[in-house]
Amino acid sequence: MSSPVLVVDNLATHFFTRDGVVKSVDGISFNVMPGEVLGLVGESGSGKSVTGFSIMGLIDPPGKIVSGSIRLNGEELVGRDDASMRKVRGKSLAMIFQDPMMTLNPVLRIDTQMMEAVQAHEAVSDKAARARSAAALAMVGIPAPEERLSAYPHQFSGGMRQRVAIAIALLHRPALIIADEPTTALDVTIQSQILSEVQRLCAESGTALVWITHDLAVVAGLADRVAVMYAGRIAEQGRVDDVLDRPLHPYTHGLIGSVPGAHLEGTRLHQIRGSTPSLGQLPPGCAFEPRCDRAGPACSTMPVISQASDGRAYRCFNPVPQQGVTA
Amino acid sequence: MLAFIIRRISQAFFVVVAMVVLVFFGTYVIGDPVWMMVPGDATQEQIEAVRRDFGFDQPVYVQFFKFLGDVLHGEFGRSYVHGSSAINLILDRMPATLELALAALILAVLIGIPLGLFAGLKPDHPASRSIMAVSILGFSLPTFWVGLMLIMLFSVMLGWLPATGRGPVVSIFGLETSMLSLEGWRHLFLPAINLALLKISLVIRLTRSGAREAALQDYVKFARAKGLSQQRIVGVHILKNILIPIVTVLGLEFGSLVAFSVVTETIFAWPGMGKLLLEAIQRLDRPLIVAYVMVVVLLFVTINLIVDILYSALDPRVRLTGTQS
Ligand SMILES: Nc1ncnc2c1ncn2[C@@H]1O[C@H](COP(=O)(O)OP(=O)(O)OP(=O)(O)O)[C@@H](O)[C@H]1O
Ligand SMILES: [Mg+2]
Repeated sequence: MSSPVLVVDNLATHFFTRDGVVKSVDGISFNVMPGEVLGLVGESGSGKSVTGFSIMGLIDPPGKIVSGSIRLNGEELVGRDDASMRKVRGKSLAMIFQDPMMTLNPVLRIDTQMMEAVQAHEAVSDKAARARSAAALAMVGIPAPEERLSAYPHQFSGGMRQRVAIAIALLHRPALIIADEPTTALDVTIQSQILSEVQRLCAESGTALVWITHDLAVVAGLADRVAVMYAGRIAEQGRVDDVLDRPLHPYTHGLIGSVPGAHLEGTRLHQIRGSTPSLGQLPPGCAFEPRCDRAGPACSTMPVISQASDGRAYRCFNPVPQQGVTA
Repeated sequence: MLAFIIRRISQAFFVVVAMVVLVFFGTYVIGDPVWMMVPGDATQEQIEAVRRDFGFDQPVYVQFFKFLGDVLHGEFGRSYVHGSSAINLILDRMPATLELALAALILAVLIGIPLGLFAGLKPDHPASRSIMAVSILGFSLPTFWVGLMLIMLFSVMLGWLPATGRGPVVSIFGLETSMLSLEGWRHLFLPAINLALLKISLVIRLTRSGAREAALQDYVKFARAKGLSQQRIVGVHILKNILIPIVTVLGLEFGSLVAFSVVTETIFAWPGMGKLLLEAIQRLDRPLIVAYVMVVVLLFVTINLIVDILYSALDPRVRLTGTQS
């Protein structure tokens, strides 16, 4: 078996704000295998983007990676200076953002923005960089790439802009792409086009993908494995089918229950009571405890990570019983 | 693009026409210039003769149309004081003023943009706080006082730079400039800094707030995610975005540099048209005032036109709306 492209081990990223320490990410661990798609789900504010930026080395003050390790192909990324991180960014590690309207610089032409990405990592001529850029645009399905290269971002639709961003991310055939909700801002039809496009491209180039989203349907269709985040920690992770069909953590259970369509028609949608806790003042134990139906006295201490027989990892003292497991 | 330029030019034309009307009636009401032209002991007949000679006895509208005809021919009459053509007097002095304003503009950009970028990108650095404090001083200290202090410090106490006058001029492409010699710059530096002070502060603030805003944008984060160097991100991605408001504002401010040079030219005895204007106002030299105002109006209108064109060259989104409408 090959070794993972990405190992995140007990990562903690905190923001030292005027109102106190915000523990946006607090002790998360996961691996991504070559070519694998990991879905990172969780509600707004659970720390998904902060996780992505931590891996990219793009956490700015007042934020700081306070502990843990991030290894890309076995090489440690935490603690590197900006110059050596820059050699990794865009080269073996790329990122796509949520809002395609904002990620391309409005006053620079597409060719400028693509060629500089090529030339940041390889000493090639302008001509060669341009050819590479045009090929990348063609790959993501942009018609007439040669002409489109001289256009400005505002001359593209949202979906096309996201394709350009994906083309830029794929320029150096990275080992891993972190996609932070790249389809959330797009129409549903465009969304599914882009999803299948990315899936195909990553499969072709053997690129692993961390797909950040709060949409369980997207995860179900795209990911091999899924990690469910809650308040800066991973509540549960495992193979997509296991986690979505037989959730162990009560939070995952509630999350799946609240998706329309996951229920029998006519029954009420399930709701998780209460609201997301403030990251500045989390309880010492399980952060989900105040909202949890299954909480017991043990839950006021921090649950350790347990392993289930199917390889799943979860943080819970009273996991949801696994009913109807037919082998 | 062409339609855009034509539209702007026709707008500029109406501005000029409106200014001609305003200038005529503005100067018409500021008193009777005859008293400035005749000796104190002149008789009534002598005064009437002067009135007739200059056409002041005609009704207002006749005077206005005569004025309009003259303006159309670029003729503003003779200076009452100097006796020579008013417009030539102004145009002779204009290169010196433009040179001073241009030097001030260059200093404002060369000093203001780097300082503003630094303060915007490292807002918590102690140097950034000092930069901002100095820029507040630049806004609030009166120009004439700063001018006197500059003379005292650099000319009187340190003796480094000359206090007054313009350096040796060289003629190049028919324009006289003192910017090509070291001695010329030695004379130019103090008045230019004095005139630029307000603009330096303005550029620092514009650049700083622009840089702070741009640094938070996703496109900057995406540029970093591509692995670009800090120089490239600041020098291309951020600078090109904040240059748009800076060019616009500075372009419009160039006119006010020309106007403000009145004070600086007087302090540093700079032989420009501002100094000439001050003398003309003191002596109610109507043709000279009118010629000055018209020249400045034309200057403003031209600058605005250039700024508009530059603006659309810098911001691709403006170009698009320009061709659509
Ligand atoms: N620069 C910052 N300063 C202070 N707190 C921050 C900063 N950036 C993020 N946080 C905090 O970290 C927490 C996690 O943010 P993050 O952006 O990772 O959430 P998310 O899971 O990506 O949510 P969403 O689905 O809304 O994108 C938030 O509660 C936020 O308040
Ligand atoms: Mg996010």
